[in-house]
Amino acid sequence: MNTEIIGIVLVFGLAIALALPLGKYIAKVYDGEKTLLDPICGPIERLIYRTTGIKPEAEMNWKQHILALLTINTVWIVLGMLILMTQERLPLNPNSIPNMRIDVALNTVISFVVNCNLQHYAGESELSYLGQLWLMFLQFVSAATGMAAVVILFKAFKEKTADTLGNFYVHFIKSCTRILLPLSFIVATLLVFEGTPMTFEGKTNMTTLQGEQIQVSTGPAAAFIAIKHIGTNGGGFFGANSAHPFENPTYWSNSVEMIAQLLIPLAMVFAFGYFIKRKKLACMIFAVMTLGFTLLVVPSMYMEMQGNPAIAAMGIDNSLGAMEGKEVRFGAATSGFWSIATTVISTGSVNAMHDSMMPLSGMNQLLAMMINAFYGGVGVGVLNFFIFIILAVFISGLMVGRTPEFLGKKIEAQEMKIAMLIALLHPFLILTGTALAAALPQHTADTLNNPGFHGLSEMLYEYTSAAANNGSGFEGLADNTRWWNISTALVLLLSRFLPIIGPIAIAGLLASKRFVPDSNGTLKTDTATFGLMVFAVIVIVAALAFFPVLTLGPIAEYFSL
Amino acid sequence: MQMKNHILPAIKLTALLLLLLTVVYPLAVWTVAQFAPNKGKGATIADNKNEYYVNIGQSFTADQYFHSRPSAVGYNAAVSGGSNKGPSNKEYIKEVQTRIDSFLIRNPMVQKAEIPVDMVTASGSGLDPHISVQGAKVQIKRIAEIRGLEEATLYKLVDGQVEKPRWGLLGPEKINVLKLNIALDAISLR
Repeated sequence: MNTEIIGIVLVFGLAIALALPLGKYIAKVYDGEKTLLDPICGPIERLIYRTTGIKPEAEMNWKQHILALLTINTVWIVLGMLILMTQERLPLNPNSIPNMRIDVALNTVISFVVNCNLQHYAGESELSYLGQLWLMFLQFVSAATGMAAVVILFKAFKEKTADTLGNFYVHFIKSCTRILLPLSFIVATLLVFEGTPMTFEGKTNMTTLQGEQIQVSTGPAAAFIAIKHIGTNGGGFFGANSAHPFENPTYWSNSVEMIAQLLIPLAMVFAFGYFIKRKKLACMIFAVMTLGFTLLVVPSMYMEMQGNPAIAAMGIDNSLGAMEGKEVRFGAATSGFWSIATTVISTGSVNAMHDSMMPLSGMNQLLAMMINAFYGGVGVGVLNFFIFIILAVFISGLMVGRTPEFLGKKIEAQEMKIAMLIALLHPFLILTGTALAAALPQHTADTLNNPGFHGLSEMLYEYTSAAANNGSGFEGLADNTRWWNISTALVLLLSRFLPIIGPIAIAGLLASKRFVPDSNGTLKTDTATFGLMVFAVIVIVAALAFFPVLTLGPIAEYFSL
Repeated sequence: MQMKNHILPAIKLTALLLLLLTVVYPLAVWTVAQFAPNKGKGATIADNKNEYYVNIGQSFTADQYFHSRPSAVGYNAAVSGGSNKGPSNKEYIKEVQTRIDSFLIRNPMVQKAEIPVDMVTASGSGLDPHISVQGAKVQIKRIAEIRGLEEATLYKLVDGQVEKPRWGLLGPEKINVLKLNIALDAISLR
């Protein structure tokens, strides 16, 4: 057991150690400063600008940013539908995969465009290699969209007063060429040397040692799996995701994938601090996020290492922990750690089946996604956290009788209304979705894999994962039906774009306001006290909204074991 | 500011990025993979008859082989997946009990408390190539009897197959069932 814990501590420590310099680098990239990759990326970017007619020096205000963002995302949805629904006749289809049904294609495309990767299909049997490559494209650009969105926030607080906030396309393209692509290449290289396949040949026929004939799925997986983690997408190449022994062959590859998904979400916080030259604020944000992460991850690891009491009662050697749905090469502790990392961040890749984890581990995974701001997805994590900062500024301002201000900008009714709406949207979508699914058993009852409290958790998890743009699942749920495909597609769309538009609108509005210099009456936002305040707001918003349904699902199951 | 001003650049940008991200990038990784084990087609191992993937677990049901873990997909490597049974599911609990019972029937010299939990639970991928060290040792008595080997020989064989944590620090100890069985065949051709 001890080597498992040491491995986890080392991996997490290494991720933080790498995220610090990366954060500095990211800040430089968006600030247009000189960086190491200029000689390679500069010419590529200039070629892109020239061919597309994008003027990199054209400044945009926050509304123009949003318009550009929404337009290009729409293009991807339309194009993606076309590809997946005609893949049978398109090239790179050695396994003769048929066209996708419309509702599956809709769900798949939307879920990859919004950086969620719910994956109601099975990769081995429902996607051609071309389809896989298209989804890999979306994994890059959806991550870059989130990053380009958060840069608007960065820019809004860099200058004292500003109406224009850089150019969306520039931030977006640089995110691809200078951050996502090089990091993915490094990760993919590490993975192929660990044994992850990267081949364009079809399934291999094999005779086993006992003499059975079997087929083994393979494919250009390494490139896909690298961006799946670097971009916090989480959509796997194979059905079993990172539990698959090709997708994640060794404990070492598991560590690489673990660090890869933590890297940019951690670095983004530091990048914010470097960019607006307020390192103390970044430290406060990082500390609150890490506190939340720790409080979720430690109990989950403990529960998984303890194992299933119902199995322990049968009198076998239960010392390995809860091994149902887990791989021996990772072990219970590492899988428990991953399950929370992948849910606080919006990755949603799994190296063990969450459906089979202990009830309270499942609850912590749900909570991680319900809060969705402890690190969070690439770019959007900071945006989500920003909403909680605004709420905390306002509430603590009222408590101590000071004007609510953040970084020299007055927070007024308009910003508060937006922040409130965005904060309430998340529980609204999750709870309404789950309530409808529970109220309409003719659509959902047959899709559940487990009875009782756990069945409710399966439905709750599906909507929570969709609303958090996470993409993991209680995979026992037979979610490839019209009901699940369409209802989650709606949740996905709303919960991606509104929580991007909201914080950007607030940032844009604040940016154009007059700068108020710090005075004695200013509430300090880079202190531990304020950090606790933000933490309290997060806990209250999440706990109050979700506590009842968690009681009916995982908590009830815990007490029934 | 209108949407249509953005449509054309968006389409052109998509086309260019498609080239960069789905042609150049995978080809670059593929090129690197040519230097990786088995040219990026997945590491393999061979005995005197066939070649197998080291990392893809196989179904071993015959008594003279070390068994793999239960699998929700029957070690059909064309697909993958776990059972996704919840910890409180009554049917599931019954299934585990059945696995324990049949394990004890096939290994009558084994005490119940010696069976490690990995041998009666299904993995996440359904293709787990490994079992725990205890998972191998608990099968030694059965195999010794069927193959007419000394138990001590088999303990030595198993100990030699233990994959230690990297640098003695990272991750659990484990045994690759396929490698173990190939090694087993090598010392007792039957």
